[in-house]
Amino acid sequence: MDFALSEEQRMLQDSISGYLEGGSSLERVRQVAEDGGARADDVWQELAGLGVHGVLIDEDYGGVGLGHLEAALIAEALGATTTPVPYVASSIMAPTAIAVAGSSEQKESWLPRIAAGEVVVGVGVTEQVGRRESDGITHTDGNLSGKAMFVLDGAEADAYLIASDDGAMHMVDAGEVERQRLKTIDRTRTVAEVLLNDTKADTLPGSATSPEPLLATIDVGRLILAADTLGAAQTMLDKSIEYAKERRQFNRVIGSFQAVKHMCAEMAAELEPCRSMIWYAAHAYGAIPEEGRAMACHAKAHLAEVGQFVARKSTEVHGGMGITDLLGLHYWFKRIGFNRQLLGAPELVREEAARAQGWI
Amino acid sequence: MDLEYSAEYQAFRDEVRQFLDEHGTKAPRPQGGDDRLTPRDWQQLLIEHGYAARTIPREYGGYGAEPDILKTRIIAEEFARARVPPGHSGDNRLVPTVLELGTEEQKRKYVGPSVRGEVSWCQGYSEPGSGSDLASLSTKAELDGDEWVVNGQKIWTSGAKTADMMFCLVRTEPDAPKHNGISYLVFSMDTPGIDVRPLVTMTGEAFFNEVFFTDVRVPKDQIVGKRGEGWFVANTTLRYERGGLGDPNEAENRFLRIVDMMQRETVGGVSLMENPIYRDRLLKLQARILAMKFNGMRVLSHNIKGEEAGLPRWIVKLNGCELNHQMAGMAVDVMGELGLLYDGSPYLRDHGFWQARYMLDLGLIIGGGTAQIQKNMIGERALGLPKEPKYDQAAA
Repeated sequence: MDFALSEEQRMLQDSISGYLEGGSSLERVRQVAEDGGARADDVWQELAGLGVHGVLIDEDYGGVGLGHLEAALIAEALGATTTPVPYVASSIMAPTAIAVAGSSEQKESWLPRIAAGEVVVGVGVTEQVGRRESDGITHTDGNLSGKAMFVLDGAEADAYLIASDDGAMHMVDAGEVERQRLKTIDRTRTVAEVLLNDTKADTLPGSATSPEPLLATIDVGRLILAADTLGAAQTMLDKSIEYAKERRQFNRVIGSFQAVKHMCAEMAAELEPCRSMIWYAAHAYGAIPEEGRAMACHAKAHLAEVGQFVARKSTEVHGGMGITDLLGLHYWFKRIGFNRQLLGAPELVREEAARAQGWI
Repeated sequence: MDLEYSAEYQAFRDEVRQFLDEHGTKAPRPQGGDDRLTPRDWQQLLIEHGYAARTIPREYGGYGAEPDILKTRIIAEEFARARVPPGHSGDNRLVPTVLELGTEEQKRKYVGPSVRGEVSWCQGYSEPGSGSDLASLSTKAELDGDEWVVNGQKIWTSGAKTADMMFCLVRTEPDAPKHNGISYLVFSMDTPGIDVRPLVTMTGEAFFNEVFFTDVRVPKDQIVGKRGEGWFVANTTLRYERGGLGDPNEAENRFLRIVDMMQRETVGGVSLMENPIYRDRLLKLQARILAMKFNGMRVLSHNIKGEEAGLPRWIVKLNGCELNHQMAGMAVDVMGELGLLYDGSPYLRDHGFWQARYMLDLGLIIGGGTAQIQKNMIGERALGLPKEPKYDQAAA
C-alpha cells in the first residue's frame, strides 16, 4: 500500500517540467499566441523526443507504453506552463480511440506517426457530448455528413477523428474537409469547425459495434483536461504566494494580512486534494475499471470548479496587475476556462458520474 | 502507486476478522445483556490481543507492539465494518503526552489505569478570555509549601462531569512572557474547590462544561514536563487531538448514508435521487469527499514511510470539518420539513442524527482551532507566508 508517485514517475515529471520551464516560457507562449499559430513547433518536436506523444501508445507501435497516471503527469506539466501543443486530442484521445477500436492496419498506419509527432490528429466528439450549433454527424456507407463543432486541437491538424451520431468513430483526412478555426479565449490550444459533406471516412471497426470506444475516448480526454487544469491552477497558486510575499502596502507585505493569507490558504486547501484525486482517477482508469468512468467524470467536474475558484482568487491576490496583459496571468486563467467547457461543463459531467454509479 | 495490501497485512486483516467473528458478540452495548462483557473486560480482552493500546509499552499496561500505522488502520477498519465498539488507548491526548514527557513515576501512575479504563480524563485548556489566543490564559497556580493552589476558570471542558482526572494549563510564572509562564498540571476532579457546571449548547445537550477552581490544592510533583514549559507540553497534546478531527473515512460512511436517504425519501412521490438539482448537489459533495479520501491515503502513505506529509496534512481539519457540516446540511435539506423534527418526535429519521450533526459539526469547525486559525497555519506553516505583526505586547 503506497499512494504515491514512483521514482520513475517523479523523474518523468522532472524531465518534462525541467524542459518546459525554459522551452515553454511565458515569452514563448506569448509569441505563439500573438502570431496566431496553432502550436509551438519547436516544443512539439522536443516533446516528441521525450516520448510525450507516445505515452499511451504500445511499444510495438513506436510509443513508450506508459499508463494514464504518466499521461496525467505530463498534462499537469503542460497546464502548469500553458504549453501551446495539441496534446489532449492528438497524443491522448486519438491514440486511445485507435488503440481500442482500430483495425491492425489502422493502428500500424496511425500510431507510430502519432507517437513520433509526425501527424497531428484533431478530435471532434462534441456532437456526442453536448450538441450546440450543429445538427449532428450522419454516417452512411463509410461517408460522413454534417458539421463537427469545437474540434479539439483542430486548426492545423493533418487528420481528424470524428464521432458520428451512431457512436462510431472515423479517421478523416484533413484534405477532404472544409475547416475554420474558431477563435476562443484560450490562445494556447485551438478548436475548429469541420464541415463534412459526404466525406470519405475510415471507420474504426470496433467503434461501429459498441458505444464503449467512444465513451472511453471521452473519459480519457476528460481526465487529461482535468490534469491540465491541476497544473494551471497550481501555477496560479504559486504565483499568488510569490506575489503576496513581495508586494508591499501599508508598510507590510500583503501576505501578512489575513484577508490575503486566507485567500491563499483557501486556494491551497481546495487544490491540494485535487492532486490526490487526479492520481487516483488516473490510476483507477487502468487498474480499477469499475471506477474508471465515475472517477474521470468527477475529476473533470471537480477540477473545473476548483480551477475556476483558484483562477478567480489568484487574480484577486494580484490586485489590478492580475487583470493586465503585462503580467500574463490571464494565460492560465483562460486555459482553466477552456478546460472547464470542453468535453462537457461540470453540470453535464456530474450527471454522467451519477449515471456511472447507477444512481440514475 | 500501489493500493494493494501485502501478504503480511492481508494475513493480519484475516486475523482481526477471525477475532471479531469469535468475540464480537461479547462486545459491550449500552443496554447490557448476560452474554456481554463490561467495557473494562472488553478493553482488557482487546489489549491482550493487541487491538487496543497496541503500541503502549507492556510495563505501562499496553500490548507493546512496534508502531505500525497500517495495522492500526486495519484494526479500525475491521471494527467499523463489523460494527463492534473499538478499544481505546487510555486518553488519546493525555497518554501520549505523559509517555513522551512524563517522569517514570507519572507513567506508572497514570498510563496503566487510563489504558485499562479505570481512570478517565478531561482537558482544561480554554478559558472564557482565552480561546484562539490560548497562551493568554489566566487561571493561576501559586506555590504554597508543597502544593500548587489553583484559582480561575476553564470552559468547553467536555466530559468534566464524569471524568476522574483533569490535565490542565495554569499560569505559574506570571512575570514571564505569555508562552513561557504556563505549566501542565494533572489532578483529581474530586479535589476540593472544583465546581463543574454544565454548558448547554444549541443541540439542547450539555456536552461541555464550565469548571471553576477556588483554592484547589494540588501536590507539587503533579506537573508533566518542566515548570513553565506547559505550552510546549500542550502542543504535544494538541497535535494528537487534531489528528482525529476531520477523518475522511468517517466522512465517506456518512456520505453513503445520504445516498441511501436520497433513494428512500420522496417529495411529491418522487425520490430525491430523481431530482436533478438535489442530485447535482450530492455529486458536488461526493467529489470533495473523494478528493479528501484520496488526500488521506496520501497522508497515510507519507506517515508509513516516516515522512512529513506537509500541506496535505495541514488541510485535513479545515476541509474535513467543513465537509461534515455540509453533509449534515444536505441531509437536513433532503428531509425538508422532516428535517425540522427533533427530540424524539414522530416521523423523525435516523433518530435525529443529522439535525444534531448539523449543529455539532458547526461546533467542530470552531473547536480544536477555528477554521480561521487553520487558515493562518496553512498560510504560515505550509505556504510560508509571513505572520501578522503582533500587537498584544505593544498594546499591553
